Amino acid sequence: MNGNDERERGAFELGRATGPGFTQPLGLMDRGGVGRILAVRGGDGDSSEREIERGLLEMGFVEGACVEVLHHGFLGRDPLAVRINQTMTVALRRCEANAVLVGSLLDPTSARPVYSRGRGESR
Amino acid sequence: MTAGVLAAEGIRPIRIALVGPPNSGKTTLFNTLTGSRQKTANYPGVTVERKSGLLRTPVGHTVEILDLPGSYSLRARSPDEAITRDVVLGRQAREALPDAVVCVTDATNLGQHLRLLLELRLLGRPLILALNMMDIAQKRGCQISSEALSRQLGIPVVTTVAMRKSGVQDLLGQIDALLNQAPAKNGTAAINDWVEPSPDAIRAYHREVERLLQEAVIREGAPERLTRRLDRILLHPTAGPLILLAILFLMFQAVFSWAEAPMDWIDGGMASLQQWFAAHMEDSLLKSLLIDGIIAGIGGVVIFLPQILILFLFILLLEDFGYMARAAFLMDRLMSVVGLNGRAFIPLLSSFACAIPGIMAARTIAHPLDRLVTILIAPLMTCSARLPVYILLIAAFIPATTVWGGIGLQGLVMFGLYATGIVGALVVAGVLRLTLLKGDRQPLLMELPSYKWPNPANVLLGLWERAKIFMRRIGTIILSVLIVLWFLSTFPAPPEGVTEPAIYYSFAGMIGRGLEPLLAPIGFNWQIAIALVPGLAAREVAVAALGTVYALSGDEGAVTEALSVTLAQSWTLATALALLAWYVFAPQCLATLAAVRRETNSWRWAAFMFVYLMVLAYVAAFITYRVALALGGG
Repeated sequence: MNGNDERERGAFELGRATGPGFTQPLGLMDRGGVGRILAVRGGDGDSSEREIERGLLEMGFVEGACVEVLHHGFLGRDPLAVRINQTMTVALRRCEANAVLVGSLLDPTSARPVYSRGRGESR
Repeated sequence: MTAGVLAAEGIRPIRIALVGPPNSGKTTLFNTLTGSRQKTANYPGVTVERKSGLLRTPVGHTVEILDLPGSYSLRARSPDEAITRDVVLGRQAREALPDAVVCVTDATNLGQHLRLLLELRLLGRPLILALNMMDIAQKRGCQISSEALSRQLGIPVVTTVAMRKSGVQDLLGQIDALLNQAPAKNGTAAINDWVEPSPDAIRAYHREVERLLQEAVIREGAPERLTRRLDRILLHPTAGPLILLAILFLMFQAVFSWAEAPMDWIDGGMASLQQWFAAHMEDSLLKSLLIDGIIAGIGGVVIFLPQILILFLFILLLEDFGYMARAAFLMDRLMSVVGLNGRAFIPLLSSFACAIPGIMAARTIAHPLDRLVTILIAPLMTCSARLPVYILLIAAFIPATTVWGGIGLQGLVMFGLYATGIVGALVVAGVLRLTLLKGDRQPLLMELPSYKWPNPANVLLGLWERAKIFMRRIGTIILSVLIVLWFLSTFPAPPEGVTEPAIYYSFAGMIGRGLEPLLAPIGFNWQIAIALVPGLAAREVAVAALGTVYALSGDEGAVTEALSVTLAQSWTLATALALLAWYVFAPQCLATLAAVRRETNSWRWAAFMFVYLMVLAYVAAFITYRVALALGGG
C-alpha cells in the first residue's frame, strides 16, 4: 500500500468515525483511524479493570490525547499499534483498547489535548 | 556534613541512582559515564542485574553510579521495575538509600517521560533531571528551555547527549554542586509516606506535565518520520511477518557459518594444550585429571562461545535498533493462542543460544503467570549445548543424501529437531495455561520505540557481559562437575585383565549399569546410560563421556570423528533416533535448574520443570524407538 492510499484511508476514517458526536472504542478502530480520547474507563471498581486503566494511563492514553491507529497484526488484525500525540507509539490488544473511548478530532465538545499545543492536529 | 564532605574524607562513596523510562537512553548514558569501570552483580533472591560503575567528578569526588531497570512509573509492574522502586524508596535489602537520583528522560518524548520525574520529586530527595537525546530534539527543530523547566520544578536540569563524553559534562558539574549542598531537611519522611498513584493521581500528573511543557517548550519539533516509514514496511500485515522470518533465518545461518572458523581455532588451541601437557608432564593422576577431565571438558564447552556471541550480537543489535519490540508485536497474536504474551518472544529467542540468559530475560514480563510459563518452556528451545550431540548422531546415522530437489536430509533432520522443540514448547505452554497456571489473558501494553542506529559501545558491552556470564558458568558449575565426573569415571580402578573399558568398573559405570534396565525400553544400552550420568549436569559433556566409554582417546575433533564411525557400527538407527528425541526434551543442565530456582525463588518450580521434561523425554524417546523398530530401523 503506498502513502497516498493510507492518507486517503485516514481521511475516510476521519470522516466516518470522527464526525462530530461520533464515538467508538479504540479497539474497534481500523488502521488509519484518528481521534481524540474522551474517556479511559476503569470499570466499577473491579481490580483488574482498574489495573488496565492505570496501565493505559501510564502508557499515555489519557483523556484529551490524540490517537492514530498506525498498524495491526497479521492474525485477526490484532494487536494494534497506536501513535499517541504523534510522539510515542504503543502496542496493545484490541480487548484492552476497548477501555479507551475515542471521539472526533473535530468535535468542539471534546476536551483539548492534555499537552502539546496543536500537536497531532496538523493532518 | 554534606555528602561531598563524607566522600572527600573517604567515609563512604557517594551513590547516585540513574532512573528513567525504557528507551530514554539511560543505559547509553550509564555506559558513557562509567565506561569500562562497571560491575555487574545480582540482587539477592532475584536475577535482576545490579549494574554499577565508578566515576570521578570534575571536583574529584568518587561516585558510584547505579543503573536501575527502566520503568514508566514507581508503581512497579514487573520484578525488574520493583527493584527500581525499592532502591529509590530505600526498601531494597543490602542497598542503602541513594544520595541522589538522576532522572533520565528522552527530550523528544518529554510529554510521556516527565511523569516519572514528578513521582520522584514527590519523594523529596536530591534529584537531577537529565534531558537526554537533546541533539536529536534539536535536529528536529525542538527548543526546550531547561532554565524554565528547572525554575518550575525547583531542581537542577541538565541537557545531555549520551553518546558523547562531552555531552555529560553538565551532568557531572551538577552532581558536584548537589553534593556540596546541605542534605535535604525533610529526610525520608516523604519516602515513608509513598503510596501507589491512583488512576486519578496519574491523570493529575498528566495535567502537571502539560502545564510544565507549556512553560518550557519554546518550539515544538517536527514529529519523527523515519520510524513511521520503516514501520509501514516492517509492521505490514503481509511483509512484516515475512521480514521477521527472513531475519531469523539469516541469524541462524550466521550462527552456524560464521562460527565455524573461531570454533576450529578453539578446537585446535585445546588440542595443542593437551599435547603440551601430555609431552611435558609425568604420568600421574593429576595429568589424567588435567588432560582427560578438565581440558577436554572445558574445551567441549568453550567451543560454543562463538555461536552464543553471534546469536547475541544479532539480538543486541536488533534490540538497540528498536526491532525487538516489533518482533514481539508481530508474534503476539500467534503466541496468545497458547496463552503466551508477545513479549515472551525475546526470552525464547535468547534461549536458542542458552536457556539461562533466556530465563533471565523473562523478568521483563510483567505478569507472574506469563513469566513462569515462559521460564518453564525456555529449555525446550534448542540451545547450542545440544548441537554437538545432534551433529554427532546425525553425521553417524543420517545419510548425506538430498531429498526433494536439493534439500539435504541431514539438514532436514536438524531442522526437524528444532521444530519439535518449538512445537513441544507451544503445546506445553498451552497445557500449562489450561491446567496448572490458569489465569486471565494478560494485557499487552508495550512501547514501540523510535528506530535508531545501534550504539556500538552498548552492543559490545552487552556482548562482553554475555561472554562473562558464560565463562563464569564454565569456571564454576561446569568445572566442578567435570572434576566430580572425572573422579566418578576413574575410580575405582578396573581389576587386572578385564576386557571392558575402565569406565565400566568405575562409579559412573555402576550408576549407568544400574540405570540400564530403566532405559532399555527406550533403546539405550549401558554405554549411553553411562554417558547420560555426566550428561545430566551439562548436555555437551555427554559426547566426551561417550568417547571415554568407547575407550577413544585424542583431542576433541579426533574423538568426535572416531565416535561417529564406532557408533554407526554399534548402535541401531532406532537407538540413535530415540537418543535424539530424548535430547530435544531432557532437562540435562544443572545451571538452568539453578537459574529457574533463583528466578522463581522456589525449588518447587525447578523440580516441576525437571520432572515434566524428564517425562516428556522418556515418552518421546519411547515412541520414537518403538516406531522406528516397527518401521525396520532395528
